[in-house]
Amino acid sequence: MSLPSVEILIDKLAQSLKPYFPDGQDPANQPIIVGIETGGYWIANIIHQTIAPDTELGRLNISFYRDDFTTTGLHPTVNPSSLPTDIDGKTIILIDDVIYSGRTIRAAMNEIFDYGRPEQIILAILVDRGERSIPIQPDIVADTIQLKAGNHIKLSGPEPLQLSIKTLIEAG
Amino acid sequence: MSKNNLQLDENGKLKHFLGIEGLNLPVLTEILDTAESFTSVTERTVKKVPILRGKTVANLFFEPSTRTRSTFELAAQRLSADVLTLNLNTSATSKGESLLDTIRNIEAMQIDMFVIRHQDSGSAHFFAQHVKPGVSVLNAGDGQHEHPTQAMLDMFTIRHFKKDFSQLRVAIIGDIAHSRVARSQIHALNILGAAEVRVIAPKTLLPVGIESLGVHLYNNLEQGLKDVDVVIMLRLQKERMRGALLPSEKEYFNLFGLTQERLNCANPDAIVMHPGPANRGVEIESSVMDGPQSVILQQVTFGIAVRMAVMSMTVGR
Repeated sequence: MSLPSVEILIDKLAQSLKPYFPDGQDPANQPIIVGIETGGYWIANIIHQTIAPDTELGRLNISFYRDDFTTTGLHPTVNPSSLPTDIDGKTIILIDDVIYSGRTIRAAMNEIFDYGRPEQIILAILVDRGERSIPIQPDIVADTIQLKAGNHIKLSGPEPLQLSIKTLIEAG
Repeated sequence: MSKNNLQLDENGKLKHFLGIEGLNLPVLTEILDTAESFTSVTERTVKKVPILRGKTVANLFFEPSTRTRSTFELAAQRLSADVLTLNLNTSATSKGESLLDTIRNIEAMQIDMFVIRHQDSGSAHFFAQHVKPGVSVLNAGDGQHEHPTQAMLDMFTIRHFKKDFSQLRVAIIGDIAHSRVARSQIHALNILGAAEVRVIAPKTLLPVGIESLGVHLYNNLEQGLKDVDVVIMLRLQKERMRGALLPSEKEYFNLFGLTQERLNCANPDAIVMHPGPANRGVEIESSVMDGPQSVILQQVTFGIAVRMAVMSMTVGR
């Protein structure tokens, strides 16, 4: 199966998100781009540089919010969350690499609400591989990929950013 | 098999946290890294994460404590656990209940984790041997044996200010003989690869055989402090002294009290630590305790993140 170029997909996401940052927008009303560690943050970082380098960039490490924490444990080597101090009333553009069950996004939104009460959260995803377990849907998707049962799609990086398909055994 | 292997599961992950002795570098580093990621939680609007939601933590304090008890309580609460704190020095045990009966009774309240401080060395191990599978035991200080979370928050503080252990000279000063903190600190510094660990104390306050832990002994404070990067003061444990180990507190201060003048023998950027509670004017001069080199209050703050780390690691494996 041939996979799309990550560069093209990120560009597609960036173009879709550009209307959220109109010229002459009051800096106080600008959305905050937030990436989910690790893949989502790599993408968020590039999009932030491309369309809104003057705004604040946030990072979410959802390890503390995962519903499978007691079986998978923590991953302390991943960078801790850092969000701008005040997110009340703001628009948050939440970015992740792949959406599957939807549990990661649920955890991320739980964490965001522990920082404050945003006005709106826009979910932008690089690759939607379907098969949701909970009712969470992205607002913007760069590509949709159907996978065979037991396969997983993974973004490696940050240099170079690359998508690859792994079978469950390979993925460990 | 070392009794400390009781702490690890079959994958080498922390199951109980009873002592530093017998643990390895990856485990200690994981504790420090996990604690690092928890420090950001305490700076947010909602200082809470849902990791231990639905779990119940019992703090059993058979000995009085302020700092350790309250930071364990806060750590558990910030992980969303329900917390029960029992000061047992005034409760059932004074009515003659055995330790095993205390465990059984509190366990019957569906507890997921015990934090225990007890005057007898080995009591946390005893607990860990007798709790049900799946229940974790954390040692909050057992007799003169170990106080591992205190040692890890000290290591966290050192790493925060000094980054790399391999170049560090660390001096531990004072009542080594009665100090479970010192024993845990020495093990931790050895595992983390500190360049040199010194203990500085009058001979009467040094335990027999302490050299076997790989430390250098000094009986003179000025000499011992030369070129040191980290100065750890210990409390003179008046309540544990049996017999005449010291002529007087005044004389102790004259010989072993940390004054600014003596601190100047250490490296100029040396940090001063104290596990608390400190006896001002006995082991440390007030102006040093409140001075620019002191990181004593940061230790307390870091203590919460370190205890959150150990609690979450023993539950999530």
